[in-house]
Amino acid sequence: MTAHVRLADIEVGTALPSQVFHVDRAGLVRYAGASGDFNVIHWNERVATSVGLPNVIAHGMLTMALAGRVLSDWVGDPGAIVEFGTKFTRPVVVPDDADGATVEVTGKVTAVNDDGTAQVSLTVMCDGVTVLGNPRAVVRLA
Amino acid sequence: MAVNPDYVGRTFPPGPAYLVGREKIREFATAIGDLNPAFHDVGAARALGYPDLVAPPTFPVVMAMKAATAAVQDPGLGLDYTRVVHGEQRFAYSRPVVAGDELIVTVTIEAVRTMAGNDMVTTRGDVTTLAGDHVVSATTLLISRGIEADS
Repeated sequence: MTAHVRLADIEVGTALPSQVFHVDRAGLVRYAGASGDFNVIHWNERVATSVGLPNVIAHGMLTMALAGRVLSDWVGDPGAIVEFGTKFTRPVVVPDDADGATVEVTGKVTAVNDDGTAQVSLTVMCDGVTVLGNPRAVVRLA
Repeated sequence: MAVNPDYVGRTFPPGPAYLVGREKIREFATAIGDLNPAFHDVGAARALGYPDLVAPPTFPVVMAMKAATAAVQDPGLGLDYTRVVHGEQRFAYSRPVVAGDELIVTVTIEAVRTMAGNDMVTTRGDVTTLAGDHVVSATTLLISRGIEADS
């Protein structure tokens, strides 16, 4: 269940509960339909490899959304997230097999501000390397 | 081909309003595997003080990317959209998007630059209600990979 973390419960360095996500080809098709992003490199291996990618890659916004799950599960009220941003630095390559790709998200509090907000820095890894650049968020806590 | 710096600061009028539906929120939340009750259960969302289902934090990309894409395909900007990848994304919220919202997106070109043969355009999509109340701003960096940058 969702935790409802409070400002009084956290300090700089407080870790967010980490999560591991599995991304498979069916998940990419589902995200394409839900988001309206039908870019062919996210579902067609022939086209993905023809533009120099190792294989089909996940939508960057899907990877960002998985990172967002760690945030919203932590704060409980998703409306507490007042800023959320990232760079897309490396692709999440999704092979056409039963396992797909594994994305691991960890996070920690990097600042607790006087205005009732806290800054959170996330780390998003796939195959041992970070795939998002400086993903971070600001949350407003009670 | 370099992007046209004269476009910095240019604002594009919003397209038709986007009506945020409950089922679209549920579909999007399911696609990202997020079972947070505020995204699925109207009663749970209301218990948190919202008028209806809350949209996940990255949901505004659905409307913001469409608006940004339309703006950067303005031929005068000179961006080769066929080679575009998503470089960065940031959201700054005044409040979360909720079901029943009727939203418009006004896109402004914030920055253009060319680095190592790649054309880069930063857009900001200001998402507001029809009454003009700010909901969220979505800042997007789009990178058009230069032919020479491939080698």
